[in-house]
Amino acid sequence: MLKHKKLIVSHAPFWHDGSSISSRSYHMMIAALPAVLFGIFQYGVRALGVVSLAVSFAIIWEYLINIVTKRSVSIGDGNAALIGFLFAMLLPATSPWWLVVTGTFVAVVIGKHIYGGIGGNPFNPVLIGLAILMVAWKDFFDFNEALVNYDLGFTMVYPLAAVKHLGTPGIEAFSTTGLLMGQQSGGIGATFGLGLILGGIYLIFRGFIRWEISVSFLAGIFITAMLFNIYDPKLYAGPFFHLFTGYALIGAFFLAPEDSSSPVNFIPMLIYGAGAGVMTMLVRNLGSYVDGVVFAILLMNLINPICDNIRPQALGKVV
Amino acid sequence: MIKKSFFGLAKPVLEYNALDVTAPEPTIIPASKNVTLFLDQTYHFKDSMLFKTGDTVKTGQKLVYSESSKAYVVSPVTGTISSIAAFAGDYGKNCTAVSINVDENEEIDDQFKALIAEPSLDIAANFLAGVPGNPCFTTFADPDKAIHTIVICGVDRDLLITTNQYVLKSNINSVKSGIRILKEITGIEKILVAAPQHLALEAAGSGAQVMTVDSEFPATLPHLMMQTLLGQIVPAGQSCEDLGVCFISAEAVASIGTAFDQGRLPFYKTITFVNKNGEQSLIAARIGTPVGDILNAFDVTIKAKDRIIFGGPMTGAAVYSLDYPIQADTDAIMVQDLANIPLVSDYPCINCGECIRICPANIPINILVRFLEAGEYETAADQYDLYSCIECGLCSFVCVSRMPVLHYIKLAKYELGRMITAEATNA
Repeated sequence: MLKHKKLIVSHAPFWHDGSSISSRSYHMMIAALPAVLFGIFQYGVRALGVVSLAVSFAIIWEYLINIVTKRSVSIGDGNAALIGFLFAMLLPATSPWWLVVTGTFVAVVIGKHIYGGIGGNPFNPVLIGLAILMVAWKDFFDFNEALVNYDLGFTMVYPLAAVKHLGTPGIEAFSTTGLLMGQQSGGIGATFGLGLILGGIYLIFRGFIRWEISVSFLAGIFITAMLFNIYDPKLYAGPFFHLFTGYALIGAFFLAPEDSSSPVNFIPMLIYGAGAGVMTMLVRNLGSYVDGVVFAILLMNLINPICDNIRPQALGKVV
Repeated sequence: MIKKSFFGLAKPVLEYNALDVTAPEPTIIPASKNVTLFLDQTYHFKDSMLFKTGDTVKTGQKLVYSESSKAYVVSPVTGTISSIAAFAGDYGKNCTAVSINVDENEEIDDQFKALIAEPSLDIAANFLAGVPGNPCFTTFADPDKAIHTIVICGVDRDLLITTNQYVLKSNINSVKSGIRILKEITGIEKILVAAPQHLALEAAGSGAQVMTVDSEFPATLPHLMMQTLLGQIVPAGQSCEDLGVCFISAEAVASIGTAFDQGRLPFYKTITFVNKNGEQSLIAARIGTPVGDILNAFDVTIKAKDRIIFGGPMTGAAVYSLDYPIQADTDAIMVQDLANIPLVSDYPCINCGECIRICPANIPINILVRFLEAGEYETAADQYDLYSCIECGLCSFVCVSRMPVLHYIKLAKYELGRMITAEATNA
């Protein structure tokens, strides 16, 4: 008996297609890299500092909470690093260190680990972190105030603040191509629209995010903005302006399709994306915040399980 | 192993292997020194058994367990019984393992030969239960299940296997006589042959109606064949037999045909052997041969933590020892090296939806697996379609978290089955 070799006796199936959580996380970070590098290039080493601090502290907070809750260490799956990375992309480049440390704590621990870790979070952890910080320290998220000492060669007025307070005449200096190419102030990784779109297309193409959510989110923004613009062109900006400003693009490709907080079936994904897009525009045009992406996506995360009930019936289901 | 395509939007397409028509006849594995047979009856040492260790057996001799139990095995070799022991298999299967030391001189037992003139269901059930292909005679005899259609599977149930296709192609005459015998002993007139597209012509030589099956996994699973070939959906929790359709493999039908035509019980099981490099070859080995002998015949070295699988890569079963014998339903033997074994992880479901998109039965797997992980089997069965699962294994194949989803599902069904049996016994 002792001379018999011990074989692995596990259960069918014996093949796997090779996908893993770590490859998803790392590819999402790679897709976000063009936008982040552009932001670091624009805002300098302070932006690099914010990004590095966010990624490191997200990993540190996840490691600490793993130890405190006596669970196996999960920083290897790259999800904490991704949360830190995306969180940094939304922040202004002048964010103080304590804002980044607190924000990553809220995102990783309160946004993800109190629900049981990866897969258990009903809300997008990055947006939980950002929303709580925006409500607590809203002056640090006022881009006009935060980036007041920067002059990058184009109009440094935050586009969404300009349109909210001055209407369409206030944004005449912005051209659609300029907005797409990053000629706007904003979050570190949220301004370079072309980089975000290319990264998003790469992720959709590789199958790491679902096109249904991204496309319906952008369609929701586009159509609602267009309707508002038709109704009152002096007050409300056109659809392309709204697509390329604020967190719309990063929300479409990196925030809304977060696996655990988004639906899995086809029609629910469309409802979720379109709902988030419409809510974003309602907040932008009628609400008190200049950008509605954060709260719109969080709201749709709330109703995500109900949406997911719209699915085909199982084979042979006995009603 | 089929890896995820770079273009991730495409669903993984797993195709069944087509029989290699240029391949030679199956390699016959020489007789081993010791064979082990599994008798379908729980072993109690106090039972008065009709055979004991030390008895000599002839090839084709029927070994009945006892006077009160009709369970039996037919010896495929001539030799002496070396041991009789209890054996506990997967999913609560309790058998008696009978080991026989093989004698070089073969003596054929002719008890069956005398009975072939008048085929009947009784004779078939009493002698042919363990022939290669594992035919299910108890289903025909069961008064609760009124079988009206028999579908002969000339297709293989899993990837890489070409056993049934080989039988359909080269043994079509035996299949034809098998069909004739089946019609005679069961009285069922509607017999269909399910064949892959490239063997449709050969299948027509059987005389029965041929229906072609898709080449994409899992089209040959019984529940899906019921839907595509017969247009009937099996309600969750019921089997195809409950709807009156019996699926029997082409090898089983060929075995029945050869048995009644030639008066001798067939013992050589055709097996698709897949070595560590993924190369397939067809072999024929006696039922009861330990798998170690087959591996030695192909010079396959087994190291610690390799994996030996009976069956295909999606629906097979791993075995724990090189002494494990091949049985009447072992259609394939796969060997996997440790380097190629994808390990399972204990990560929870991340709700990515890959399983939802691949499941042929539209089950909400992301929610189902959460309930199964928590042990909530009744809720899973009532509300989240546990019993709709056709057990193809595709969900675990694509799971990004590497969860053993199929394992959870089969465990849940097994535990629920045990609970129902316990409740019925205690009622």
